[in-house]
Amino acid sequence: MSLRDRIGRAADSDIWFSFKASPVTMVAAGLTAFIFLAALLAPLLAVQNPYDPASLNLSDAMKPPVFFGGDWSFPLGSDDQGRDLYSTILYGTRMSLFVGLCCVVVAMVIGITLGLVSGYVGGAVEAVIMRIADVQLTFPAILIALLIDGVVRGIISVKRHDEIAGFVIIVSISLSLWVQYARTVRGSVLVERNKEYVQAARVIGLSRWLIMIRHVLPNVMGPVMVIATINLGVAIITEATLSFLGVGLPATQPSLGTLIRIGNEYLNSGEWWITIFPGITLAALVLAVNMLGDWLRDALNPKLR
Amino acid sequence: MISFVLNRVAQAAGVLLAVGFIAFSLFTYVGDPINAMVGQDTSQQEKEELREKLGLNDPAPLQFARFIGNVVQGKFGLSYRTSDPVGRLILERLPATLELALCAALFALGVGVPLGVYTGLYPRHWTSRLLQAVSLIGISLPTFLIGILLIVFFAVILNVLPSFGRGETVKFGWWTSGYFTVAGLKALILPSVTLGLFQLTLIMRLVRSEMLEVMRTDYIKFARARGLSNRAINYGHALKNTLVPVITVTGLQLGAIIAFAIITETVFSWPGMGQLFVQSVQFADIPVMAAYLLLVSAFFVTINLAVDLLYYVVDPRLRGSTGGRH
Amino acid sequence: MNSMTIRFGRMTMAAAAMALGLGTAVPGAFAKTFRWANAGDVSSMDPYYRNETFLLAFLENVYEPLVRRDKTLALEAALAVKWGQTSPTTWFFDLRPGVKFHDGSPFTADDVVFSLNRASTGGSNMKAYFASVKEVRKVSDLRVEVDTKYVDPLLASKWAAILIMSKAWAEKNNAAVASDATKNEENFATRNAMGTGGFIVKERKAGEKTILVPNPAWWDKPGHNLTEVVFTPIANPATRVAALKAGDIDMMYEVPPQDTDNLKRDANVAVIEGPETRIVYLGWDMERDELLESNIKGKNPFKDKRVREAFYRSIDVEAIKRSVMRGQAFPTALMVAPGINGYVKELDKRPTLLKSEDAKKLLADAGYPAGFEVGMDCPNDRYVNDEKICQAVVGMLARIGIKVNLLAQTRSKYFTKILRKPDSKPGETSFYMLGWSPAATYDVHNVFEALIQTPNATTKKGQFNVNGYSNAGLDALADKIEGEADTAKRNAMIFEATKLYVDDYAYIPLHQQAVIWASRKNVDLHQPADNRFPLRFVTVK
Repeated sequence: MSLRDRIGRAADSDIWFSFKASPVTMVAAGLTAFIFLAALLAPLLAVQNPYDPASLNLSDAMKPPVFFGGDWSFPLGSDDQGRDLYSTILYGTRMSLFVGLCCVVVAMVIGITLGLVSGYVGGAVEAVIMRIADVQLTFPAILIALLIDGVVRGIISVKRHDEIAGFVIIVSISLSLWVQYARTVRGSVLVERNKEYVQAARVIGLSRWLIMIRHVLPNVMGPVMVIATINLGVAIITEATLSFLGVGLPATQPSLGTLIRIGNEYLNSGEWWITIFPGITLAALVLAVNMLGDWLRDALNPKLR
Repeated sequence: MISFVLNRVAQAAGVLLAVGFIAFSLFTYVGDPINAMVGQDTSQQEKEELREKLGLNDPAPLQFARFIGNVVQGKFGLSYRTSDPVGRLILERLPATLELALCAALFALGVGVPLGVYTGLYPRHWTSRLLQAVSLIGISLPTFLIGILLIVFFAVILNVLPSFGRGETVKFGWWTSGYFTVAGLKALILPSVTLGLFQLTLIMRLVRSEMLEVMRTDYIKFARARGLSNRAINYGHALKNTLVPVITVTGLQLGAIIAFAIITETVFSWPGMGQLFVQSVQFADIPVMAAYLLLVSAFFVTINLAVDLLYYVVDPRLRGSTGGRH
Repeated sequence: MNSMTIRFGRMTMAAAAMALGLGTAVPGAFAKTFRWANAGDVSSMDPYYRNETFLLAFLENVYEPLVRRDKTLALEAALAVKWGQTSPTTWFFDLRPGVKFHDGSPFTADDVVFSLNRASTGGSNMKAYFASVKEVRKVSDLRVEVDTKYVDPLLASKWAAILIMSKAWAEKNNAAVASDATKNEENFATRNAMGTGGFIVKERKAGEKTILVPNPAWWDKPGHNLTEVVFTPIANPATRVAALKAGDIDMMYEVPPQDTDNLKRDANVAVIEGPETRIVYLGWDMERDELLESNIKGKNPFKDKRVREAFYRSIDVEAIKRSVMRGQAFPTALMVAPGINGYVKELDKRPTLLKSEDAKKLLADAGYPAGFEVGMDCPNDRYVNDEKICQAVVGMLARIGIKVNLLAQTRSKYFTKILRKPDSKPGETSFYMLGWSPAATYDVHNVFEALIQTPNATTKKGQFNVNGYSNAGLDALADKIEGEADTAKRNAMIFEATKLYVDDYAYIPLHQQAVIWASRKNVDLHQPADNRFPLRFVTVK
């Protein structure tokens, strides 16, 4: 199939149609794309690298945004260490998105693997995996993430916790999100397993693993993508919350949540911009991603709630 | 019926035992209980004697059994941070969290259900669309941001509501309540709204979609054909049918509310279990974390069990399906 | 009609509120409850747990010393009515008769001997105040005598920081040894208190709140009009400020400088500020042969004076004052503040800042042309804007090629990590921040003895000399200063010793921080320069 055909087919598809029919979704998609792009190009767009302490100058601290008494060298103002807020938000968004995406990918890999295994192997393995899933599903992500973080703090000395904070966060959040994938995949495997085409493939002697990966997996990718999109919002919020609670990313490598925590101290003293701008960015990002998720869910499977 | 109930109870007990094992592993292997108890100048030999005395050299299953025995009696050891007995620390903070959670749940239900009914009955009205949009924003705003904004607006700018703590509390035995003083009730408003908002939007969306679905069913069409009044149809038939899932979801959400109280309590310096938990995570205060984990899972498991059994009573067809949430 | 109902409704509400209010939390119509807050909680109710201003200041309301400080920081009689020296190496304390502990038991010389012993042994953090002590003995129920190893003219003044506990109570409750918890039992004194002071601990929930009530049987005439004191730790500074503005608390201890202007604009809030006797400084490990947290192996860069100079002269304290402290700091080159006896004004001049090339050249001369990496420890809830100062230092050092890995943590964990161990082993840090106020004696000798003299477990000197700076000449001078009664001679020696540590770059003194408190306008209180907060001077109108 040529590329042109592919594009043509995509343009005719239901998804594209439903996308075009919903202006709100198009705005959300545009916003998401914009934020992703800005985060991706952060080193090019930023005027300063806020993670490099040598580039900061203390005498630039607490500059107000440009229309509130500041000037264009710090368009959104600066924070308590003289970091340009515009640059910091770009890098912070990058960090939030990076952590969020990593969490989603890791959770997806774990979830799909365990889902396939339990649906395919069945028996005791399935029982154990699904029981763990049941238990874990009773706990909200934030609680599990906090718990894992606390345990890590207990194991490794606090000394080096800051250095691997990002890694710890990704592991904590991923481990709290895999269950939905596993359940969905397992459910589909159970359904597809007995379908005729799978039986037929088996008759012609394809290995069962190959069948799973080549035939069953593509069929469950729709719902998996929906979950992934919705989970991206959840992961970003969870990371921001952990950072806000002071157990997330350190102030030397701020994500949006860390920035909000830092700025919160200055909210009463009139330096509102340190909290408000990252807050708006975070809310816009999550809102856009959630709107896309909502739409994708309705478009792919109106029955899935 | 009995076998079903027994099965569920056994499952719940299994879950608790598994969580207990996790808590035990944390307690025994992650936080070295000896180092937490002694000073830096204690000799190796003294430490060894202490290990022996505390039974830390016994085989693991025996230690586990002893741990469970202690837990059942409410003995969770001493906090690394404050050296208070953990059981008492948690018990002191339990009322604050439960009262907050209850208020938040009532708020979420009391506002969420009517709004859901309204948007379900008039899905095309502009107010419904507005509410839908606002609810999506409500889900997208992180709880802590909402809390901060509420504090700025109501406590700092308007100065009408307190920004932290429980206000005045009244004691009933070991229970402290903020429900009986004006200051206590005022202090509950902002945290309850913050905590309940997410659940409110969830309930509203759920009721709305349930209403939409029910209104499309033949059952309602027949009711209309019979000439029943709109009012009777909307509230007598439609709403009644949506209530079962709403009640069960709310029940399940009560657990989530208790967990999410962690954030709200931190923002509002609310002296509850959640704040204690965050502090203990920051300090790697393993005994407190382990105890909190056990307590919260006991809550969750009990609520889930109750909901499962309720399902069975209300609608045997629903058996086996548990609601997925995140 | 409608509006009347509403009004009536409101009245009933108000009436109900009053009834409930009177019936429950407020004991009487003239109740003066005083609520105050700080960023962190009092770490313990044990007065020897940490030699930390906030802990001691809080517990001074519950426990009392033999001699205490008045409003001007001069010594005045407390549990001792008369004190002095019978010989150059013998001190006496005549105790106040008729004093009772909160449980009604009488206060005697036994309690004093017990407390002084408890404070100088076990896990006590107050051992530094006992360097000169040979023996404490009871002479009669109301007289205690102390033999010192050498002449120690400052003993009484030092012991203004030693609070006296009840012997019977401590022994009964298994708390006879200061709680660094070498025993298996949890220490009762960590959470409970039994003193003679003006306030009684009514309720203590660690991390949540501590309620004090006045001691009706106190020997002194109370200068306050309070019926109840509620202390709440509120970690988030924004919440704390909001609580004060909303009137939820009456007083806030240690206001972040960034909130000072905002609070000053509030008509209901008074901001009280003044320079504190505390110096905030940076120190480094000069004791180990290899730093704990660095990429330089096999040698310790801080042993090289050129490295210390490059660090010292690259830290712009004026910028820290301007941006981080909002002007609320007084940069200094000395380890003591003006106002402390022994402050040498002539030497309080910081060397000029180096250009980054020059600092890099110094490092290159020392053998580190590419700079190096070092871990830094910093508290995040102890000194004013502590973590932010450290972050600023990280930036300043980054410009001369030093990569600093900052670890900021809450003070109890922080102190546990960096302070010298009870057996005098060095703290586990390479580069750290600390603040020190010679709050017991207001004399420079305390600073020499605790921070600059070579650490020694037996003489108890250098207990807080975390970095292990050691200079034999200074050690000898400091010992002579301790016993010297002639002011002119003493001052000459102080000048000499001060010059020694300044020229050696033994520490990087940053600044004297400002004490900033804020209270509601209807509260009248007294702010001493040592940042103690005596409740006995608080009145609520």
